[in-house]
Amino acid sequence: MRFLSRRRRHPAAKPLALVLALFVMGALYSAMAPTTVSTADDSTQQSQLAKGKELFQVNCSSCHGLNGEGTPEAPTLIGVGAASVDFQMETGRMPMARPEAQAPIKKTLYTSEEISAIAAYVASLAPGPKIPSKEQYDTSKLSQEQIARGGELFRTNCSACHNFEGRGGALPNGRYAPSLMKTSDKHIYEAIRTGPQQMPVFAQGSLSDDDVTEIIGYLNTLHDEPNGGFDLGGFGPVGEGLWGWVLGLGSLVLVAVWLAKKGARAR
Amino acid sequence: MSTKNPVPAHQGPLSPEDYDETLPVASSNPDKPVDDPGIEEHIERYTDANTAAGNRAYAQVVGMLALVPLLAIAFVVIYFAVPRDWYIKFGPLHSYAQHLGLGITGGLAVLLIGLACIHWAKQLMNDTEISDERHAMVSSPEDRAAFQKEFDQGAADSALGRRRLIGGALAGAIGMAVVPAVVVLADLGPHPGKGLRKATIEKTLWADGVRLVTDVNKRPIKASEMEIGQLVNGQPENLFDLHGVEFQQAKAKSSIVVVRMEPDRIKIPESRKDWQVGGILCYSKICTHVGCPISLWERTTHHLLCPCHQSTFDLGNSGVVVFGPATRSLPQLPIKVDAEGYLVAQSDFTVPVGPSYFERDSRHDYKDGDN
Amino acid sequence: MASRTQVVETSPALETREPAKPHALKGASGVLNWADERLGLASLGKKNLRKVFPDHWSFLLGEVALYSFIVLLLTGVFLTIWFKPSMAEVEYQGSYQILQGTQMSEAFASTLDLSFDIRGGLLVRQIHHWGAILFVASIMAHMLRVFFTGAFRKPREINWLIGVGLFALATIEGFAGYSLPDDLLSGTGLRFVDGLIRSIPLIGTWAEFFVFGGEFPGELIVPRLYMVHILLVPGILLALISAHLALVVYHKHTQYPGPGRTEKNVVGYPLFPVYMAKAGGFFFVVFGVLVLMGAFMQINPVWKYGAYNPAQVTAGSQPDWYMGWVEGAIRIIPPMEWHIGHTTWTWSVFLPGVGLMGILFTGLALWPFFEAWVTGDKREHHLLDLPHNAPTRTAFGVSMMSIYGLFWIAGGNDIIATQFALSLNGVTWFIRIALFIVPFLAFIITKRICISKQRRDRERVLHGGETGVIVRSPDGGYSEAHEALSQDELWTLTQHDEPPVLVASDGLDANGVPNGQKVSKFRASMSRWFHGYRVQPPTREEIAESQHHDEERDRDVDREVSSGAAPSSHPLERHSDGDAEVEARV
Repeated sequence: MRFLSRRRRHPAAKPLALVLALFVMGALYSAMAPTTVSTADDSTQQSQLAKGKELFQVNCSSCHGLNGEGTPEAPTLIGVGAASVDFQMETGRMPMARPEAQAPIKKTLYTSEEISAIAAYVASLAPGPKIPSKEQYDTSKLSQEQIARGGELFRTNCSACHNFEGRGGALPNGRYAPSLMKTSDKHIYEAIRTGPQQMPVFAQGSLSDDDVTEIIGYLNTLHDEPNGGFDLGGFGPVGEGLWGWVLGLGSLVLVAVWLAKKGARAR
Repeated sequence: MSTKNPVPAHQGPLSPEDYDETLPVASSNPDKPVDDPGIEEHIERYTDANTAAGNRAYAQVVGMLALVPLLAIAFVVIYFAVPRDWYIKFGPLHSYAQHLGLGITGGLAVLLIGLACIHWAKQLMNDTEISDERHAMVSSPEDRAAFQKEFDQGAADSALGRRRLIGGALAGAIGMAVVPAVVVLADLGPHPGKGLRKATIEKTLWADGVRLVTDVNKRPIKASEMEIGQLVNGQPENLFDLHGVEFQQAKAKSSIVVVRMEPDRIKIPESRKDWQVGGILCYSKICTHVGCPISLWERTTHHLLCPCHQSTFDLGNSGVVVFGPATRSLPQLPIKVDAEGYLVAQSDFTVPVGPSYFERDSRHDYKDGDN
Repeated sequence: MASRTQVVETSPALETREPAKPHALKGASGVLNWADERLGLASLGKKNLRKVFPDHWSFLLGEVALYSFIVLLLTGVFLTIWFKPSMAEVEYQGSYQILQGTQMSEAFASTLDLSFDIRGGLLVRQIHHWGAILFVASIMAHMLRVFFTGAFRKPREINWLIGVGLFALATIEGFAGYSLPDDLLSGTGLRFVDGLIRSIPLIGTWAEFFVFGGEFPGELIVPRLYMVHILLVPGILLALISAHLALVVYHKHTQYPGPGRTEKNVVGYPLFPVYMAKAGGFFFVVFGVLVLMGAFMQINPVWKYGAYNPAQVTAGSQPDWYMGWVEGAIRIIPPMEWHIGHTTWTWSVFLPGVGLMGILFTGLALWPFFEAWVTGDKREHHLLDLPHNAPTRTAFGVSMMSIYGLFWIAGGNDIIATQFALSLNGVTWFIRIALFIVPFLAFIITKRICISKQRRDRERVLHGGETGVIVRSPDGGYSEAHEALSQDELWTLTQHDEPPVLVASDGLDANGVPNGQKVSKFRASMSRWFHGYRVQPPTREEIAESQHHDEERDRDVDREVSSGAAPSSHPLERHSDGDAEVEARV
């Protein structure tokens, strides 16, 4: 202790103490945060709900109605469940910056605590899909056969909109199925269960948690697979035709120009 | 600046070998305003005039060719020595090491041969341009006359002039001999008469009581578990008894999409009131345009889009076409609930599914506004 | 015995053993002798060995097509060694793990084996597919070059027809090829073709059952397409390519205008050795580029598409580029179908699918004859037109290209919508409307560009080239100095023909007797449309006058500089005096 007390008036002491305090706070928070939701007692749940309601009324109610009942501009949130809020807000789709054909992905402006609070509030309106726990989409235990089956499920249920490797695709009138290349496992799970925007719902009855996990496992494996060179965007024959003309015929025309050009003359 | 003068009527006759002299023309100017200076003078190349430059080009050609054996050896080494599960990951390039190695060595080797040859031709070969005479394609009058003579002799020798029937008979014989050759192709496929059509393209696996199951994982669909906005890619349960060709052929017709919508937000015609179960509707998955399977369903607009040609169908309005090249509504499958609460078909589709064909009776397809 | 000796003494074989002078390549002479004694090659070769080929990059587009065809043959043979054209169902057990255990056809399984279990197989497959892309692309580029330079004119109409046939066959060959692996994309393509065949009025269903051996997909289409792809079409392609090349050699190559280039000669490098090295080298370049493309650029990743399954489809399902325009036409056509009695006539598939391809290939085939009829031109043409010297043809070609291009864009409308954040329906509607506007705009704009290029040529001939040097005259005026053109350039800019315009005539002479000169009003108006509006190159007199002016001015300037007097004629003003532009408006 003498070591510390002797240096307590050192010029660096105060800043160091501050850093230490911040570190301890941060460490405490990171240790506690994931458990607060699941182990919260009634009173914290109540305060979370109250906070969620407050946040909801500030950020969401202008479109979705004061109690989430929906308005002509936006659908009702009664029964969409916590998973829907978690998906929409964590991917930055909600709140929308302006009315558009479809809410685009952007950086979220809310902390996970705030999102949890709003999710808890919306979930309290009516039962709906819950935020999945890690085990519900844990792909680490999948066998090779299960991943292959996930591919079958993906191609049957998903590729029509999201393309064969999840690059996304067009929908009518400026809407689109977004790319899945960077979508997290949890968000894929939540999207399948809640049907965000125009996406249909795929409920437990048609795709069980195991099926969804297999689909996620297939996508992750597929995206880690090596390609036959640069993948040229993964759009299929349109991109290939473009590159074939530009790089293939283009480079050969350059060689042809060189071939047919007279060499440097002596004068 | 621009004064539009009529072109002067053509001066002097055109030479017979020029324009078709028999046609009246408005103008022509056979005279060239500038005299042909003749083929340009040959100028020595730098590599001809400068020995050092010539030697440099020589060294470049030989150098390129000398690299080829090295690359060929590298190719062989990569073929045998690089295992197939080695990968190269470099920025957006993520590929098999062996594949890339073989391609780079092989490709460069071949490319270098080509570049060396062209460089050789351009820099070291004599590059004086020479001129070849051209002659008109038409034969000389003498040749034509000689040919005519030979032809006449041959024609006379053939006796065709006197015994004309041979010619006609030969043409007829050869013509008729083609008929069997065409007819042997008649077994290319079965003949789609009315009976066969009814048994093939106008029939699917659906029948009264056939359960709707999810594709791939073959789960029966409980009506009570379907959520609003849910889509199921389905198949008839009896599909999975089939294998191989029959399986593919049946799947190409029997695939369905099952969707649940809020009953009060969709239009259900009187005649189809009992085709659905509480807003659960079932449609053919096979596009009526050219037959792609469609499942791009927009939950809120109820539109179903075909990714092949963008035909769009409104599932909230008996599957009528709202956009794109398709001409007919998507056939709807009448469904009901069995004793255990699972969805089953009431019958087969009431009209043939899939793209149009000539013999198809399309008078009974649903049109927007029908009851 | 004596007579025998005599024969030997006069034998040409003996005589050639004593060369008059030493050969440049000693080693070759023995082989050449051996071959000549058996094939008489010398008499054939003396004419053809040094055959002249003119040099121009655009003449190599056809060579790209030829060489990619050779690469396709080579790589195709490699692929046939492992590919199994069978639609029998198997369970995949190969080394591509995320398809293991799934059901697929033998064709697809063997394609996967070829890609993942045969060393170099993936490389060869990708070279083959890039080769196909390049083959059709270079055919098209070559065809455009031939069209825009008028190289299809007499005597080359037959070769143009062969070329049209090659183009059509190449697309069929490509389609058959990418349908073979039986992956999801090729199956989707076949499903589309099934719908297309079905749509043919009267015989559609029969044709469908004949092609597929029954109901779609059946088990025969892959083996049948395999036969078409590796035997039937390549055989015809090979025969037609040989004829195409033989005719090129026989007609001798066309050439671009230039000094000393006339209709009666061909100027360039001899086949042996220069063109052998250049063309031979270019083959290796094409091959090398294709190998590198195969190495670095992934194409048709069938393992990601998965096996064909009639209940699956992927967003962005497109055919290869050369079928893209038909796909586009089918996407944007509004629905059209007749229901007459118990029959269905479905035009919205038949017209854009079967009809458009028919129009394209028929139109291409007929063009040379149409143009000959319009111009009444029966001469042989070996000198090429520069595109701007045939403004109407060029404008028409660009206009047709714009239609093709719009269909092409329509074929990728979903990719365009997602990549450029546009509305899919908006893109479709835009193209539907643009199809009625853009071709006309393209025609007018191209024609104006051609005519302004003709004007520029005329300006250059009369006033020389711009030097970029600004000259200040003694009175303070500024002008750009022009330099005289070389005789070579003057010739090149003025050598082109000025084809006459046909005038309508009832074909009767003064006595009312037919004289064989009948030209209908329609033909005359077509001729006026084709040749009527153009800028004529200056006449001999105009050139002489402008040169005279130049000399005079130079003298004037000399005198003025020495005397300090104001110049009588400003060099820039001179541009517009005395050289009224002559445009033929008949």
